[in-house]
Amino acid sequence: MTIPRLRMRAVHKSFGATKALRGVDLEVLPGEVHALIGENGAGKSTLMKILSGAHAPDSGTIELDGKPFSPANPLRARHSGVAMIYQELNLVPHLSIEENILLGEEPSRFGWINRARRRAIAANALAELNHESIPLDAPVSSRPVAEQQIVEIARALIGESKVLIMDEPTSSLTDVDTQNLFLLIRRLREKGVSIIYISHFLEECQQVCDRFTVLRDGESVGTGLMSETSLQHIIRLMVGREIEDTYPRQPHTLGETALKLENLAGRGKPRSVTLSLRKGEILGIAGLIGAGRTETLRACFGLDQVESGKVWIESTERTRSTPSERLKDGIGLLSENRKEEGLMLNRSLADNLTATRYGPAARLGFINSRRHREISLRLMEQLEVKAQGPDQTVGELSGGNQQKIALGRLLHHDADVLLLDEPTRGIDVGSKVQIYRLIGQMAASGKAILFVSSYLPELLGVCDTIGVMCRGVLSEVRPVSEWTEHSIIAAAIGHAN
Amino acid sequence: MPRSVTTGTSSKIRRLLNILGPFFGLLLVVVLFGILLYVQDIRSEMEFDGATGFNAFVETARSIELKEDGTFPGLKAFISGANFKIIFIQTVIVAIGALGMTMIIVSGGIDLSVGSVVALSSVVGATLLVKEFSPATTILLTILAGGGIGLINGLTIAGLRMMPFIVTLGMMGIARGLAKWIAGNQTVNSPPSVVNAIMAMNEPMQFFPLPPGVWIAALLAVGMAVIIRQTVFGRHVFAIGSNENTARLCGIRVRSQKVLIYAIAGLFFGLAGLMQLSRLTQGDPTVAIGLELDIIAAVVIGGASLSGGTGSILGSMIGALIMAILRNGSNQMGWPNYMQEIIIGIVIILAVGLDRFRQKRNQAA
Repeated sequence: MTIPRLRMRAVHKSFGATKALRGVDLEVLPGEVHALIGENGAGKSTLMKILSGAHAPDSGTIELDGKPFSPANPLRARHSGVAMIYQELNLVPHLSIEENILLGEEPSRFGWINRARRRAIAANALAELNHESIPLDAPVSSRPVAEQQIVEIARALIGESKVLIMDEPTSSLTDVDTQNLFLLIRRLREKGVSIIYISHFLEECQQVCDRFTVLRDGESVGTGLMSETSLQHIIRLMVGREIEDTYPRQPHTLGETALKLENLAGRGKPRSVTLSLRKGEILGIAGLIGAGRTETLRACFGLDQVESGKVWIESTERTRSTPSERLKDGIGLLSENRKEEGLMLNRSLADNLTATRYGPAARLGFINSRRHREISLRLMEQLEVKAQGPDQTVGELSGGNQQKIALGRLLHHDADVLLLDEPTRGIDVGSKVQIYRLIGQMAASGKAILFVSSYLPELLGVCDTIGVMCRGVLSEVRPVSEWTEHSIIAAAIGHAN
Repeated sequence: MPRSVTTGTSSKIRRLLNILGPFFGLLLVVVLFGILLYVQDIRSEMEFDGATGFNAFVETARSIELKEDGTFPGLKAFISGANFKIIFIQTVIVAIGALGMTMIIVSGGIDLSVGSVVALSSVVGATLLVKEFSPATTILLTILAGGGIGLINGLTIAGLRMMPFIVTLGMMGIARGLAKWIAGNQTVNSPPSVVNAIMAMNEPMQFFPLPPGVWIAALLAVGMAVIIRQTVFGRHVFAIGSNENTARLCGIRVRSQKVLIYAIAGLFFGLAGLMQLSRLTQGDPTVAIGLELDIIAAVVIGGASLSGGTGSILGSMIGALIMAILRNGSNQMGWPNYMQEIIIGIVIILAVGLDRFRQKRNQAA
């Protein structure tokens, strides 16, 4: 029997009164891709931070290749062969790709960098990943996200990694880039690197992982071979109960046109978008990252400039506008970027919920704190937000609960047209289902919904109609029954039919 | 991130502590100077007795007993009503400036032109009095002079999407130059008028009556606290400072809001200039150099973050008081000016450092 590459036994960790980990066992074999699965808050991040040296465990043992392993800090862990690629890319945007790959480990003598050696190491690292075409001198910020991720992986691999931890590596990648990443993961596996793969996308785990371990509430509750286990079983392990329906559908009828875009074009992107959205309709927009989906929503909401084309609200043309006017017209936007745009992280839940419409809680500009709390509490109950109360700051909540607050703001505003940009990005299965149900309820009550997503199963599961954007153009919207995952991908990369 | 499981009561206690925090700081500073002055009193008494070594210890113990009847001149002078009256009067200008500055800093901005604006408006006021305008007109125009500069700051920052730091740094020079120009590069002696009464100290040996300026500052502080905490306008100020992108997404007219914020703050700075004029009874174009830094320090000691989104009027007012007490106490101790500067510097770093430490612990819990 082989010695496992990594063995964690009965790992415990508390933060104050919070027990983040209550006994986790994890075993990863050499050259294995191991999926670490669990809802947000299940303890995945804490476990990986312990492994990469950012936190120390309270109790429990960790062995690397049979020897005790207790890294004092992330750099030590990296030198021992455990490297982590974080969910948010950890690159310095202004520095070049070469500088980023060797950041903190520059080959040097008396403080002087040996540029030739640095270049050779960086070029070699990219070549090993079969990406020698990436320009070493370009600043990282000028390259697409997928390439930035390759750079991040190259950086992790510099020090002869034995264990590579990938936290949600595909959350900002398109399908094509995801497939490329999987090729890369398989190549690393053949080289004997063990990979711990953390993802909310179970279908992806099934594609690329050999075995899995499920965490729930800080405990490891199950482990097994990916190929021999059904997704339903894994989901049951994750949530501790059966989720009867991943894509709950509510019956809803389509009404009159609520929003019409006619050859809408912005600066650069989008180039031409034509669609018409009816009341009670959920219209999905699929496409690769960079196809111009987010920009379409932003132009439509008045956040970005409209260069040409027309926007019709109900039956009046209102092309040029600002967000405040759009909100008055009953249009709301859910940003794809919760942290930087969607929410005020250091403000209370109540303020975040009511930021667009203090009206019901205020009189002559003065806010009635009690009414404000009541209104917020009612919304929190409706959205099943797990929080201490309306005064808690949003930044302290988990991703799923944060997203519910962002959606709650549109609910409170009572917007008639909702522009939702990646509403389920980076949140757990349970919260996802709640958000799908909420979207269904809103459609049933006659709201019109534009739903942008990179996750095809949810688009196919939730929407009535789907349009695919390719290189800034969206022209054809078809009923969901006429689409398959395959045909959507084909349309997205421009190989329609 | 670990899910927080703190109970409702402990979060209430935490909130209470957050509110009381600045008060503790204030109390600490007062008690600290009290102890220092007490020790100094005893030591000066001992030097008088000429006791040393163990005898000194005995003497100290005895002198504490002796001093029960109360001849601690330093300590008594410090905690007397008359001294606190002086402290309050010394606080007024920084406090009124801090009312405007709190709003600006909460919105994520900064204003470096305050010292110059105070000088400019005091010169404007003095000149108007010399030209025999009525006191009412003078007061109005002096405040409006500050408001006008604030409006220009706001329009430039919002209109040209420029950094507040740069715009107000430029305005710092412009306003100072204007003040010197209007004053003909010398002080303007204003004739006696009602304006002088605003900050005049009557009955210097007792706490009451306080000059009208102190009451005006206190009333404005209450008003601003309500506006910033309880109005939609105030929430929008916080929203812009917390996350400008979100504010725009939520339909807040960020640019016009910023113009308004700087213009209102300018009115406060104009009023601070009026107070300056009243206190000196003359318009001095070289007065209040570096005042903006004192004001920013007061706001920051009061718990505001320079990155915006947090801060409170109560905290800033206590911050202003702490600054005045530090100055006053150091004077009473007979410390030279340079010691005061060093101590105030240390206090600013300590106060903000403690705040960060507390926030970190709050997040971890």
